[in-house]
Amino acid sequence: MKKLGGKVLFLDKDDINTDELIPAKYLNEDSKKALGPYCLEDLSAPGFDRARDLPGKGAIVSRANFGCGSSREHAPWALEANGINVVVAESFARIFRRNMYNCGMVAAELPKAVIEELFSRFSGQETVMELDAEKGEILFSSTRAGILKLPLSIGEFELAMVRSGGWVEFAAKRY
Amino acid sequence: MGKTLAEKVFETHVVDKPFEDLWVLKLDTVFCHEITTPIAIADLQAKGMDKVFDPKKIKAVIDHVSPAKDSKTAEQGKALRQWARRQGIEDFFDIGRNGVCHALFPEKGFVRPGYALVMGDSHTCTHGAFGAFAAGVGTTDLEIAVLKGVCAFKKPKTLKIELKGALPAGVYPKDAMLAVISALGMGGGTDRVLEFSGPVVDSMSMEGRMTLCNMAVEAGGTSGICMPDTTTADYLWPFIGPEGEGLFATKDEALAEYSKWSSDEDAEYDRILGIDCSTLEPLATYGYSPDKVKPVREMGEVKVDQVYIGSCTNGRIEDLRAAAAVLAPEVRKGRKVHKELRAILAPATTEVYAAALREGLIEIFVQAGFCVSNPTCGACLGMSSGVLASGEICASTTNRNFSGRMGKGGMIHLMSPASAAATALEGRISVARISAAKKGGEV
Repeated sequence: MKKLGGKVLFLDKDDINTDELIPAKYLNEDSKKALGPYCLEDLSAPGFDRARDLPGKGAIVSRANFGCGSSREHAPWALEANGINVVVAESFARIFRRNMYNCGMVAAELPKAVIEELFSRFSGQETVMELDAEKGEILFSSTRAGILKLPLSIGEFELAMVRSGGWVEFAAKRY
Repeated sequence: MGKTLAEKVFETHVVDKPFEDLWVLKLDTVFCHEITTPIAIADLQAKGMDKVFDPKKIKAVIDHVSPAKDSKTAEQGKALRQWARRQGIEDFFDIGRNGVCHALFPEKGFVRPGYALVMGDSHTCTHGAFGAFAAGVGTTDLEIAVLKGVCAFKKPKTLKIELKGALPAGVYPKDAMLAVISALGMGGGTDRVLEFSGPVVDSMSMEGRMTLCNMAVEAGGTSGICMPDTTTADYLWPFIGPEGEGLFATKDEALAEYSKWSSDEDAEYDRILGIDCSTLEPLATYGYSPDKVKPVREMGEVKVDQVYIGSCTNGRIEDLRAAAAVLAPEVRKGRKVHKELRAILAPATTEVYAAALREGLIEIFVQAGFCVSNPTCGACLGMSSGVLASGEICASTTNRNFSGRMGKGGMIHLMSPASAAATALEGRISVARISAAKKGGEV
């Protein structure tokens, strides 16, 4: 299974929508990679400076209803083009969540109090997340705040998607 | 324990449950447009699976940018067009015969009670107005949908929304739906089907029901849904009756068949939300999310740079009638839209455009100083035909007011077509004279 996670981008805002993840004017691009430079272009979130904060990240931690709005799978693709393959949030919009797993990426829910703890303990520091889908475990660490290991409940379907690399690989054989 | 309509669709369409709580449904139809489909087609080609499960069940349209605005969008149109020809998809609607997907496909009679359908577009929930389970999906789900005719869902719970009373003059389905979204919040309907019922829905046209169901996703809903009734059967009659496919000899037969696609009296709901529509007044959004809603009366002085009437939410003939009814008396006095704003009308489909011409509505809009555009999604998502400049404000009949949605740095206030027309005249957000406009939108 591919490595999941990396350096964490904290986005302290509810309802981050897919227009913010990738504006519609770039939906005329014909490749997933071409979306990379425009990811999060229109996002305004407390403390977020795109040029400073996006490069080199592998994971996002955010708040409630992440990925709402348009069904565009360009949103996970734009994240993937920037090396991000995990989003951890209090909750997700249905289509975005499914799109992430359909691409073999992870959209993991954690309770509000845990998300709050992650923000208060780790945001503003260089934090690394490692996610082990098989073991059902997420690890956060930073030099100053130490290590926090959390259980992750991942469904059978979601695990199968992460293992197989996505829905096309799974469904094209089965149906 | 009885079942909801959505549960009945799930139970009659399930073909596999590969995992706990994952229902793979057989699809009755799959809709496609030129933005989300070409990458699915390219991926299928790359994998050596350039096929479709049934060309008769796939409907495709170029609508998001129509006509093409640049080489990249022209390539997207070309990819969809060539695929439709290669796969023998006869119901492909090219530029000139097209319209915004969620207005066009119902108009063609492609959505029927009891259907399960998907499209790579979040506003697919619109089609639930016909008593169908209709869900927006991403490109990967769409890819398998066109290839295999199936799609997987977690079985959604149903949230019942009872619209009670009656809509007062000047208050429209859009206002009722903004009230619903405000009550639920943006994530309040996530993994839920939003079932609309009550006297207001019973007396509402299919167009109005589509406006309600269209915005289910703005509260996170998987699909909107309404029970099929005589209004549904009347709308579908040209397609299902003897003049069409001849599925039924009489409307009573159709109704008897469609009545099985109703929620049982003792169905179990996740939640029931009642809204007394008699006390509603015209509403508008403020801020950058569709659940931030307040009465227009409380909006204060909001000067507007652009008015936009159109989209899958409110670009249908009834919407044009309602807006024109507000404009007409003033236009007759020689008045035009406010000189410091521009107003754009994009009829949702070619047929809506033709009907508006026949009814004299286009002349009213043109005389009022509207720029009458062709059918396209265009400005609604900031792709073409009415993009905002930074700092500009738009009063719009569309569905999303996200930051940057209609152009970087722009601000959108969502409202009904009647309110948008009043705003166009006044130059600031207003509902002046809309309750005096004749009911039913006569001009």
